[in-house]
Amino acid sequence: MTAWLNPDHDGMSGQADDVYEALLAAHEGLTEAESVALNARLILILLNALSDPEMALVAICAARTGIIVKQ
Amino acid sequence: MGRYIHKRFTCPPPPELRGGRPRDYPVVIIGAGPVGLAAAIDLALHGVPSVVLDDSDRVSVGSRAICWAKRTLEIFDRLGIGERMVAKGVTWQVGRLFHGDREVYSFDLLPEAGHKMPAFINLQQYYVEEFLVERCADFPDLIDLRWNNKLVALEQRDGGVDVSVETPEGAYRLHANWLVACDGARSRTRALLGLDFTGRVFEERFLIADVEMKADFPSERWFWFEPLFHTGESALLHKQPDDIYRIDLQLGPDADPEEEKKPENVIPRIKAVVGDRPFELDWVSVYTFQCRRLDKFVHGSVIFAGDSAHIVSPFGARGGNGGIQDVDNLAWKLAAVVKGEADADLLNTYDEERIHGADENILNSARSTNFMTPKSATERVFRRAVLDLAASHVFARRMVNSGRLSAPCSLAGHLLQTPALSEDGVAPGQVCPDAPLTAPDGRSVFLANLVGQEFKLLVVGDVQLPVGIDLPFVQINANGYADQQGFAKARLGRDVVYLVRPDQHIAARFTAPAIEDVARALRRARGDAAVTAQVPA
Repeated sequence: MTAWLNPDHDGMSGQADDVYEALLAAHEGLTEAESVALNARLILILLNALSDPEMALVAICAARTGIIVKQ
Repeated sequence: MGRYIHKRFTCPPPPELRGGRPRDYPVVIIGAGPVGLAAAIDLALHGVPSVVLDDSDRVSVGSRAICWAKRTLEIFDRLGIGERMVAKGVTWQVGRLFHGDREVYSFDLLPEAGHKMPAFINLQQYYVEEFLVERCADFPDLIDLRWNNKLVALEQRDGGVDVSVETPEGAYRLHANWLVACDGARSRTRALLGLDFTGRVFEERFLIADVEMKADFPSERWFWFEPLFHTGESALLHKQPDDIYRIDLQLGPDADPEEEKKPENVIPRIKAVVGDRPFELDWVSVYTFQCRRLDKFVHGSVIFAGDSAHIVSPFGARGGNGGIQDVDNLAWKLAAVVKGEADADLLNTYDEERIHGADENILNSARSTNFMTPKSATERVFRRAVLDLAASHVFARRMVNSGRLSAPCSLAGHLLQTPALSEDGVAPGQVCPDAPLTAPDGRSVFLANLVGQEFKLLVVGDVQLPVGIDLPFVQINANGYADQQGFAKARLGRDVVYLVRPDQHIAARFTAPAIEDVARALRRARGDAAVTAQVPA
């Protein structure tokens, strides 16, 4: 397993609050449809930033797991 | 355990009302809350007398500030009431976070040993004030505590302040060289000077209730997002001494404060939290929160400290703790100015350092309040995602924000600190870490009780101090204070010398200092303009 998928991994160097604030600030003033579109673009940018198609699939699975647990 | 009984304080009429002429005082403090009383004691420890004026005659009604952080306890310990506070308070370090009825994760604020003071205690503000008032009595010649003495007017002139005071026995005036305004969020001093806060006001309303009940809840901070027992967004439970519990319920922006305060409305909400246990309401308040401050804290001869200077939301316990850190920073500087040991410009560094501290507190408490009040469907979606992931992913826990609990403020990079040349050890600006030590006579002591109150050198290891250094020092080595458990070396490094300020912040760090290095860092830390002026901006 790669480091960043380890549940204990914190890749934000203690700046999680800054990142979260910037994320929400980016959505301010947008309609819901615009927000969904922003999220889609952001996800595609991040998947590309991974530079590792296999890991992209693992991350997608990790996110999907959360929803399956809910149902 | 009975409920707290407020006794009324009395004091003799001030000398001005016993036929004396208006007097001059070096320092007058407005407000005998935790901040004002701590300021009077800290100044007294520096030998500086003060008059404290308070418009009431008793300690805080209602528990108000209850969470006292480790750093604040270290400051209170220096002032002489830390051990008493810990003995009476409820010590805690674990917080649990719930989403609905599911525990998402827990955190430990102080997972390591070797500290005198715990991560946090909960103790009602009225106890803290009572202990401080009793400590003031140890300085009868230096602290003149005047209850029922209300500030009604003030005028700045000739490098000082004329203060008009009203008492039940009559009105009088006094003149002070310095006025320290510790009169709280609704500061009369601030109003009299026509000053106002800038910053954000949040519309969300919160209900705070202190209830007395027998329960076996552990000494932990419990926080719920979207609790099942309450229709609002969040709930918080804290344990206090005397079987008192603090319950904080988020009500939303449209709640009617007068209606929500009525016992018939409060009681069902509390029952939903605590179940069938019998309980009594001790104190209820409905709040909105603000994250705002004065543009500067020093205005001529008037200096603001605590809530009179800056206000935050309570999530993170940054109000009372921030105020005590103001005093810690101010008292030694003001004492040096009053005693003629430093130029009044030194007080500008109080502004610089504590505005930095206030901004850190405002940023963190504003973010907590934002997390608790999603403004849009998108913000709600992200919060839900963060809470979902937090059960299994550490990075998401760091984004969950139920309050970023008060932590020591670093003064790194500010004017008084001499930047260190290497990376090892504690950075200048940080608070000197605590460590258990064995004194040369065999007593167990803590480092936090050995540094502070005056400038000192802290020598870790066998470094030889240059001959002629005229500063008290603490040496941690085989011949000095023994570090038998190794905590001091682990936290401070080896063979290193620190210059520690009276407020226990590190001013400079050296490896093998020459006498000029220490002298220059000391002059800089005391605000000597000849040194600080050479510092590139």
